[in-house]
Parts: sequence; C-alpha cells; structure tokens
Amino acid sequence: MRFERREAAPLWLLASAPLIAVIVALALSGVLIALAGASVPEAYGRILAGAFGSRLAITETLARAVPLMLTGLAAAVAFRARLWNIGAEGQLYLGAIAAAAASFHLFGSLTPWLQVPLLLLFGALAGMVFLLIPLWLRLRFSVDEVVTTLLLNFVAILIVSMLIDGVLKDPMAFGWPQSVPVTDQGALPKLLPRSRLHLGLAIAVVLALVIWFMQARTAFGLQSRAAGLNPAGAVFAGVPLGRTLVKVAMLSGGLAGLAGATEVMGVTGYVTTELSPGYGYSGIVVAMLAALHPAGVIAAALFAAAMFVGADSMSRALSVPSYIADVTVALSLLCMLVAIFFTQYRIRR
Amino acid sequence: MSETVLELSGITKRFGAILANDGITLQLARGEIVALLGENGAGKTTLMSILFGHYTPDSGTIRVMGADLPPGRPRAAIRAGIGMVHQHFSLAPNLSVLENVMTGTQPLWRLRSDTGAARSKLLAIAERFGLSTDPDARVGDLSVGEQQRVEILKALYNDARILVLDEPTAVLTTQEAERLFATLKDMARQGLSLIFISHKLDEVMATADRIAVLRGGRLTAERRASATSKVELAELMVGRAVHRPQRAPATPGPVVLAATGLGLRIDGVARLSDVDFELRAGEVLGIIGVSGNGQALLAQVLGGIQRPTSGHITLDGQPFDAPGVAGVVAAGIGRIPEDRNHDGAIGDLTLWENAILERLPRFTRAGLVDRTAAIAYTQRIIEGFDVRGGTPATRIRALSGGNMQKLILGRNLLEHPRILIAAQPARGLDEGAVAAVHERILAAREAGTAVLLISEDLDEVMALADRIQAIVGGRLSPPIPAEQADAQRLGLMMAGEWGQHAV
Repeated sequence: MRFERREAAPLWLLASAPLIAVIVALALSGVLIALAGASVPEAYGRILAGAFGSRLAITETLARAVPLMLTGLAAAVAFRARLWNIGAEGQLYLGAIAAAAASFHLFGSLTPWLQVPLLLLFGALAGMVFLLIPLWLRLRFSVDEVVTTLLLNFVAILIVSMLIDGVLKDPMAFGWPQSVPVTDQGALPKLLPRSRLHLGLAIAVVLALVIWFMQARTAFGLQSRAAGLNPAGAVFAGVPLGRTLVKVAMLSGGLAGLAGATEVMGVTGYVTTELSPGYGYSGIVVAMLAALHPAGVIAAALFAAAMFVGADSMSRALSVPSYIADVTVALSLLCMLVAIFFTQYRIRR
Repeated sequence: MSETVLELSGITKRFGAILANDGITLQLARGEIVALLGENGAGKTTLMSILFGHYTPDSGTIRVMGADLPPGRPRAAIRAGIGMVHQHFSLAPNLSVLENVMTGTQPLWRLRSDTGAARSKLLAIAERFGLSTDPDARVGDLSVGEQQRVEILKALYNDARILVLDEPTAVLTTQEAERLFATLKDMARQGLSLIFISHKLDEVMATADRIAVLRGGRLTAERRASATSKVELAELMVGRAVHRPQRAPATPGPVVLAATGLGLRIDGVARLSDVDFELRAGEVLGIIGVSGNGQALLAQVLGGIQRPTSGHITLDGQPFDAPGVAGVVAAGIGRIPEDRNHDGAIGDLTLWENAILERLPRFTRAGLVDRTAAIAYTQRIIEGFDVRGGTPATRIRALSGGNMQKLILGRNLLEHPRILIAAQPARGLDEGAVAAVHERILAAREAGTAVLLISEDLDEVMALADRIQAIVGGRLSPPIPAEQADAQRLGLMMAGEWGQHAV
C-alpha cells in the first residue's frame, strides 16, 4: 500500500472532510464514554440537550462560541499566510487586561457609545503588539515564530498575574487576585435579556464575513494568500513579503486581543488567570476544522462551543468527566489533519 | 558478444489517468550503449525508475542476467548489478568523495568502517575507467562535472554491470560532455552495458549503438545509430516534422537597457562583478553559461528582486538602479523566471490571479481587485497564446509545463513590453512547446522588444540570439556576433576562455 498525490482534490471531499472528521471524533469519544461506564447514546443525547436544549443552553453555547470564533479567525488569517501564530492565548489575556485597565483608569466616565469602541481598540492593540514582537524576531533574525509565540503565552499570563496582584489589583476584591473591573458604561450590551449572550457575537460574525470578503476580493487578500502559498513566487511578483506579514500579524494579533476584550467586557467584567480555558489553543483547532475559511470558522466555533457546554451538562447528569469535551475537540483536530491528508493523497494498493 | 544482460518485457505503468509506460519491451546486450530518446513526459524516467525499483510496474517483468528482478526493490536492483546516475545527484555535499561512495555499502551495526579497503577499491576503479578523482575532496567543493563522476564511481563501486544515466549532459559544458561520452564508450568496451536518457539528437547519434525512441509512453521505434539520421529521429520523437522558427536579420534600434560595472555581493561573497552589457531595441542578446555562474542572480537584479551592490543600470540612458519589482513591471519590462514552478507561478492560485499578480496595482480599484478586467486580460492571454487545459478560474497547478510557460509568456508579452528578460524560457519543455516559445520571442523581437535571453542551451541561443555573451563566475565576456558563434567557440567561452578580449 502506498500513497499517491492527487492531481486535484474533488470538491465533495473538500466540503465533507470536516464533517467526516467530526463524526469520526465523536465515534472515538464514544468508546471512551463507554469505557467510563455510561450509555453512549444517552451521553450524546445529554450533550445535545445541554448545548441546544433550552433558551439558556443556546445562549450559553453562543456566548461560549464568541471567543472561539475570534481566536479561530486569528489563527485562520495567520495560517493562510503561513504565519504560525500559536500565541492567541497570550494575546487574548493581554487584550483582556488592556481593556479592563483602559476602562477603569482612562475612559471609565465616557458614555458607552465612546467607551466600548475605545476599549475594543485597546484590547486589539495589545494583542497586535504581542504578535509583532515575534514577527519582528522572525523577519530580522529568522527566529521560528512557532516557538516564540507559544512560549510568549506563558510570559503573557505571568505578566497578567503580576498586574492583577499588583498595580491593577481590584481594591474591592477582598485580596483575591483579580483585576480592576470594567465600568458599567464599558460593558458590552446584552443581545438577549437575562442571558450572558453579548454584542461580541455580532462583532465576531461580522468580522468573519468582512475577513472572508477581504481575502476573496481585495488586493491585500490576494497578496497575503500568494505570500502564504509560495513566498518565492510572491516575491518574484513583487509582493512586499515583510509588509504583508506585518499586516497579517496585526490582523491576527488584533483578533486574539479582541477575543480577550469581548470576554472581559461581555462576560466576566474583570480579569483573573482563569479567564480563558484555553480559548487560544482551541482557536487553532477551530481554524483547522474550518480549513482556514472565515465562514467555516463560525460553524467550527459553534461545534467546539456546543461540545464544551454540552459536556459540562452531561457530566453533571452522568458520571463521565466533562474533560470528554476537550478529548473530542482534540480528536476532531487529529481526524481533520488525517482528512486533509486524504484530500491531497489517495491510497494505491 | 550479443549476450543479453537486461530484458524488460511488457512494462506498463499508469498514474491516475495517464499511461506513463505502455507495454514497453527492451533488451540490452553486454557492452552495448542504448540511448533512450524521447520528449519530456514520454515516459523515459518512469521506465528507468521502474528498472531501478523506485516504482512498481502495473504489469511486465524485468530480467537481469537471466534472473527475474523483484519489482519495487531498489536494493535488489543494486545487488543485481544495476547502477543509476540521477539527473539530480544524490550526493551529500558535506561528505568526502570516499564517504559518499561508501554510503549504503557498510553494515550499520559495524562500529568502524573499513575505509582502507574501500579507498583502494575506489582508486582501482577510477584507474580502470579513467575517472580520476581525489577520494578526500569534499563533494560540495567539486564542479558539477566532477560530482557526476562521483555518482558514476558510486555505481561502479557497487559492482554495477548495467549503468543507467538520466540526462547526464543536462548540467555539463560541451567539453565536459565530450569527455563524459568518451568515458562511457570506454566503459562499454570493457564490458559494461549502458542506457542513457536524452532528448538531444547530437549526443545520441554520436554515442549510442542503438537508439530506442519513446513517445507518449510507448516504444515507437528502435534504430541502430549507423542506420538512422537526426532528421528521422526528430520525427520519430515528436511524431511529426518539427520546424524551429527561422529568424529574419536583426534591425537593432537604440540602446534601451544597459549595465555598467554591475556587482552583487551576498554575505561578503562577490556573486556578480563588473557586469557590462548593452541591450538594443529589436535584438536578442544571449547570455550563455553553465548554471550556478551568476545568471540567476543577474536575472534577479535586472528583474528588481535583488538590489545590486555596485555599478549602475540605465533605462533609456536614465538611472534605473533599484526600482523594485513594481518599478520594473511599470517600466514595461517583462520577466520570465528560470524556475516557473518556484518563482513564475503560485500553483494553488488560479490562472487569472497568476496572470495579474505582478501587475496588481493596474487591476485594483479602491483596494478591491477588479475581477472582470483581470479575467478578461487572462482570457486574452489564453486565446492569444494558445494556453490549453484551463479556464481563467482553474488553478494553475493543473496546467502542463508548456501551457504554464505560455501563460507566463503571455502575461508579459500581451501588451508589447519594451524589454523582455527571459531566463531559460524553454527549459524542460517538449519540442512543440519549445518551438511555440521561440516563435513568440522572435515575434516580440520583430515588434521592437529588446530581449535578454539567459540560457544554458546552446542550440536555443544560436537559434535566437543576435549577439552572445558568456557568464562565468559572475563575470560577463565581451559580446560576439551570432554569426561568429559555433558550439566549439561558445563552449570555450562558457569555460572562461575569452581569447585576447578577456580582462
């Protein structure tokens, strides 16, 4: 048996690859659920009900999908240009702390119409800066950004930890390490009353559509795709490689920073070191499941969010740990990688 | 004498929809040299890869010295006495000649390798076949011709009785090629059997005893070299009579592009020095040279990708030193890169995206790509330059090399550029596509375009160029008119022998 490269990937295969990957991942997780002693159909029924079974469940799933969409977009735009930004987690934390600090110390008295956009901007800027550093190292000294962005995640969380135990510590928090809060005028408006669903969902969906349009139609989109697909060919055609990558990094880092800002402005109200259960890393899975397509990111983020929310509810009812959601999402990434391989190769006996 | 050492019978290999080899049967006798002649894509390399066990045939058998060779096992092929010299050498540049030759011959579990015995065996072989070499030289320091000698020695060291050479002269100068063929003939006299792959008629006629012609995966003819002619072989190879375009006398206009004292240093190493040339409207200036002598960098400097570190470029007498790619394209300079897959096209982008990428500003309105105009432009290229195998929305990866090259040519020539910098424009193309590319270049010259043709193919340069300069070690020879050029003189120029003109 050997693998041969396909001349062209059939469209039906490209379109169904993520679905097949998800189904295989769910089947594999089913084995683990059975091993944990629960009925597999019942467990999946509970996950489905937990994610979509009630108004509360649906709003929770959508709220959980917002940071995943934004970090997924951050990974997708960067990976398209072969900029391996693994640092969305750290950029998210810095975006969050920047938004909280800006609200409490700078713009707290401004009206929501002014304050909310300013805080979002500050969050995005913080994420950008934190990706431009590793990009500069790559362009100047050829330092591999996979390593630098990954390790800067830990640096970012330690910086946040230092700040919320120091200059940005909330004096009203009875000594708990949490940051100063976002003021009431700085909070993102709710999309539905009596839920945690906030304006961030609309922001993320609109951004996904804008990025889709940008990649498909603008000169910058064409240049960044060219730079990612074949850097030598792009340089020959006069694409300014460094400048294009800087723009891509600002977009990617900005989206990750925005994920942090919307989370703190829309859900938590203040920053702790438990703000993100790995949204930055899950964003990579989301981007890969979406085959780096911005519209696909919306669907993939909803899938991941449904798994996380549904598994929480399932584990309360059955004695299966909610970690099964992490396992399923991780398995779906592995299955997607295999599926991507099979869109490019076929088996010969 | 006519003892058969190798017998291929009914070899068939299919890749997807393409039948690469179709029932090929071929014999090789002891002491015989067989040339495998065919265009690119005729299936020559596939057949030899099957012989060497890189591919498993769908059907057919191979017998070596009367014994069946198991398919798909390179080690079995080596043990049976088959040696292969690949077009792209499989040598480790950081190891010595001796270490390269010994690679793969020593059992891995042995702690010390027996270099003493290996050295004397290598020297004995080198002596016997007149392949002089220094066993301790680092392979990376050797010239291409010497590296090829190491590849041959490596095969002989493994006791090869049958030697397969894949386009052995593709990378050699004329003199080196002549020396190689003398060696091959000597090896055949000593009882080795040789197969060499080629699409050059001259060398096939001069060296082979027998010529097997492949076309479209089939063995279409076998001729004794004494009983055929170049004209017949060309027709057999292409399947029809081929006419390379004839060119009319040049009517050169004023100098449009000139370089004086152009130099380029990379990491402190001079890659181009004192490059002088003048390019006139309506003429083709040919730059010949063995690859790796700086012609790729010269094309990059003139194409706006590299900045020269010294000297000057002038366009119409005005300074034109570091315009960048955008400036070069805007000035009406067309560029054909020497590696179309690596530089000239982005495989996963569509034809139209590839057609306009280097002239993106022209097709951009308020930051948005004007698709309608871009697709219309591409459609004009497809029609005007006979690009087959795709619509503007097809990924360019799906095109054959010849059609991809026609698109690249078309995007540069469609709007009559003032200057065309063409690096190896016909490399790797089959005869039909070569003729099409040459015709277009000559048509552009007729229309007044100044063409700088950088090529390793002497036939191509002699067919197209009006004046010829050679590039050796990053320096350009003075020009000679094409009428004074013959293979001998050009070969000497490419070896750095510029006569009394040399500085």
